[in-house]
Amino acid sequence: MRAATIIFRREMGTYLQSIVGRVTGALALLLMGVAFQVFGAKTQLSGEMLQQFFWGSSGVVMGVSIILSVRLVAEERQSGSLVLLSTSPVRETEIILGKFLAALAFLAIILAVSVYIPLLIKSEGKITGAQIFVGYLGLFLLGSATLAIGVFASTLARQQIVAAVTGAAIVVLMLLLYQLSRKLDAPMKDILAELDLWWIHFQQGFMKGVFNLKDAVYYVAVTYFFLLLSVKTLEAKRWQ
Amino acid sequence: MIQVSKLSKYYGGKRALGPVSFEIEDGETVGFLGLNGAGKTTALRILACDLRPSAGAVNVGGIDALGDPHEVRKRIGFLPESPPLYPEMTGVSYLEFAADLRRVAKADKRTFVGEALEVTDLRDVAGEPINTLSHGFRQRVGLAQAIVHKPALVILDEPTRGLDPKQIVEMRKLIHGLKDRHTVLISSHILAEVSQTCDRLLVLGQGRILGAGTEAELAAHEGNVKLVSITVRVPPAASGEPYRDGEVDARKTISAVLGRIDGVTQVGEPLSRGDGWAVSLTSTKDLRAEISRAVVQAGLDLLKLDYARSELENTFLRLVDTGAERAEA
Repeated sequence: MRAATIIFRREMGTYLQSIVGRVTGALALLLMGVAFQVFGAKTQLSGEMLQQFFWGSSGVVMGVSIILSVRLVAEERQSGSLVLLSTSPVRETEIILGKFLAALAFLAIILAVSVYIPLLIKSEGKITGAQIFVGYLGLFLLGSATLAIGVFASTLARQQIVAAVTGAAIVVLMLLLYQLSRKLDAPMKDILAELDLWWIHFQQGFMKGVFNLKDAVYYVAVTYFFLLLSVKTLEAKRWQ
Repeated sequence: MIQVSKLSKYYGGKRALGPVSFEIEDGETVGFLGLNGAGKTTALRILACDLRPSAGAVNVGGIDALGDPHEVRKRIGFLPESPPLYPEMTGVSYLEFAADLRRVAKADKRTFVGEALEVTDLRDVAGEPINTLSHGFRQRVGLAQAIVHKPALVILDEPTRGLDPKQIVEMRKLIHGLKDRHTVLISSHILAEVSQTCDRLLVLGQGRILGAGTEAELAAHEGNVKLVSITVRVPPAASGEPYRDGEVDARKTISAVLGRIDGVTQVGEPLSRGDGWAVSLTSTKDLRAEISRAVVQAGLDLLKLDYARSELENTFLRLVDTGAERAEA
């Protein structure tokens, strides 16, 4: 996994030094602040205020994750720099893992910087540190799953814009599964509801400060599934 | 070093390469020569393990490239047509990244990067972001990443593409410097490029090998046609009497004189050029001395005589034409 570390370091350098990385980070923090102002101001209760903050932030996290991830492979393919990786003794798993972990680490930095908002709520209200932690864990896992979807879209496309549209379409489709499930009967209803990216696992769990292991397992599974698809797609395209 | 057997590549139903078979010895510098679309890039990408062939076998340094491409990639440095650069990185950080990817030991990394910068003459700009460098320097950074891990085989696809004449000369010097340390494969459609840099040539056309060997071996091939271009002047006395129609008589005289030379296979139409007549003629051997003697003996003034194209150019065009005819048949 040495190559994954090397690729991780380069990608992190790009996020931290490039205009795109800085602007994306700043925009994410701005939108999370705006989400807090807009949704948090609807209530005087600190617990609800925190939930509203996580509600708005989850949208920001999904949007930012798509922006951060779709460039990872498609941009390199578009610029021709992917040839350096594809002709080096590096496994596809290492390429995908290095890139994904860098995006996830950058997202974690953005989330860490935004923690002042719930801390403000805590200082003035009656929420616990555990509620904040669980909510952030949910944002992190939701971000991880969305990043994996974005990476997969990136391996499919030659152009970033196509990757962005594909990634966003998959995310939207997975956000509609819960609504779709309500029109169906069991067992399809339960299956589709559990596959939904947000309603069951985030909105009814992490967002409310409730930690269910199955929610965490769901996000880890989605992340693994799309990363595996990414590796297989890159494998097929690299040496076809 | 490389053994290629019945290698072919299809994109959908369209054949891009093959079947081709060839061998390349250790330490050779071999040029892949061909027109655009001849299959040069496809062949090189397969050898660089960037592209899987549809059929055939490739063995690099004793390793089956299809069975263990990962192992082959460790022994190869590849510069594609467009250098695979990260514009925001500096030259030195980019080369360190490339060295890491190619598994250069930590202890050797600094030395290897330093040597690659030295060989490609990049020391002065190594600390600058790649996106601020000129096209020529970027191409050199691309070459440096291909050699930074000291691979046994260096593959360069159109290394002088887009360079100005001065940069082309410098790049040729750099490539020449690689010959002592690596087996080098170069693709180009520029004849002078491969002629000056390579020990041996593989001429590709329509996905097939049309000829292989040194420049002299290719030129000595049976049926080699030489195209000679001459310019002559016809003084009035040469026809014995004043012309009724000067142009027609001059043309006839020139064609008759040249057509009588033993070995001349075809005489082109004389074209008026300034104070003389330009004519192209083809022969199967070097007839420059016989042509000049015949022209002078006929009382014509010889103003210019030379091969219309270089030896390699002649050979290349003949091979390509023959290949096209075979494909049509």
